Amino acid sequence: MNKIILVGTSKGLVVYRHVENKWRIETTQFVGFPVSMVYVDERHGTWWVCLTHRHWGLKLHRSSDQGKSWEALPVPKYPEDAQLQSGQPATLRKIWTMQQAGPDRPTGLYLGTEPGGLFFSNNGGDSFELVESLWNHPSRKDQWFGAGRDHPFIHSIVVDPRNSNHLYVAVSCAGVFETMDGGNSWQARNNGLVAAYLPNPQAEIGHDPHRMFACAMQPDILWQQNHCGIYRSTDGGRQWTDIAGVNNFPNYGFAIAIDHRNPQRAWVIPAVSDEIRVAVNLALCVCRTEDGGQTWQELRQGLPQENCFDIVFRHAFANIDDVLVFGTTTGNLYLSENGGDQWTCLSGNLARVESICMTVG
Amino acid sequence: MATVNFTSALKRFFPKLDTIQVEGKTVAAVLDQIEQQYPGMKDYLVDERGRLRKHVNIFIGEELITDGETLSDVVAETDQVFVFQALSGG
Repeated sequence: MNKIILVGTSKGLVVYRHVENKWRIETTQFVGFPVSMVYVDERHGTWWVCLTHRHWGLKLHRSSDQGKSWEALPVPKYPEDAQLQSGQPATLRKIWTMQQAGPDRPTGLYLGTEPGGLFFSNNGGDSFELVESLWNHPSRKDQWFGAGRDHPFIHSIVVDPRNSNHLYVAVSCAGVFETMDGGNSWQARNNGLVAAYLPNPQAEIGHDPHRMFACAMQPDILWQQNHCGIYRSTDGGRQWTDIAGVNNFPNYGFAIAIDHRNPQRAWVIPAVSDEIRVAVNLALCVCRTEDGGQTWQELRQGLPQENCFDIVFRHAFANIDDVLVFGTTTGNLYLSENGGDQWTCLSGNLARVESICMTVG
Repeated sequence: MATVNFTSALKRFFPKLDTIQVEGKTVAAVLDQIEQQYPGMKDYLVDERGRLRKHVNIFIGEELITDGETLSDVVAETDQVFVFQALSGG
């Protein structure tokens, strides 16, 4: 078994495999097409990609043989009566994320979409249906809004490994929502978050989590890189605590990775700010905490430290334990095999990296 | 029968794509015929509401169709229909 990295770029899928102590490009697929999402369903090793064709719309493909062949599947459709805030019909704009359901639902699969949709498949992705309870949440029409996009979108889905009926989703912009009953009802979980761009920064809804995870070993520990800081919760999202660094470094950014074996440990990749989306001081840095966000260590070895305009999108940072990989907006791919202490550039010639997934196969 | 010509860009997805003859009287009917001959292609041309995708152009002769919402433009038996992709920058 080898580690494999799937890199979805704005111009194709690149697959790396770790063989005989070296990382090699095993294959390139969908060359020329924007691969906006990659995902591996670890239950049966199914690979998924979403292509976001500029001309031909969104396309979902899956592979059961590690990318040797691909099967095209219908993309989810919003119900005919589904409406945007404006009253216009809702249509699929982007598939942001995919998440396998709990172990007792072996063919269950979730999608997070724009505009503001959570879809569920109970047949392994052959078809998807909108989770209407969240779509019909009373806050959606008046309090959800787009961030850098025209419409709100669901980019993170967390399934509690202890209880398949217990889920969280994170919405840009609305915030975090939790269901304890398999999606029949949803509650906002945004206490402690700050939305500096709202008249009431402590509003219940209107927050902008950029990416959210729960620690697999302790699922009540949640982490999020937010538009307005970095937050951690130790009580399943009832209360969030700002864990941004001293002098706001790290603070702003999109991507976060966590150690699923250790609830105190996580990594972020800071950018300057909302207004200046480049590496801080034009020097690329990963920040790691070993104490639940009380302190952050700067990790720079092997990363460019001058004239670096790279930032990292929210789905372009992945890890398995201490093996971390991220891809940047300028097509660089960096890897660390020791928890971030040392980085290696795997490629400097990719297109913009949209999404990364690491697996073993 | 009207003749439908396709941009070669669609050959990437439909390798056996070729010019076809159809009996449709409107663009909507033509698309249904295209779908019959090339299953799955309609989803490349229209969105989930059946509207022409923003970056797809359909011409009847040398004229762009005018109804991208319901695809009601009339297609005559002798017409040449062209399915193209719109130009884009970058």
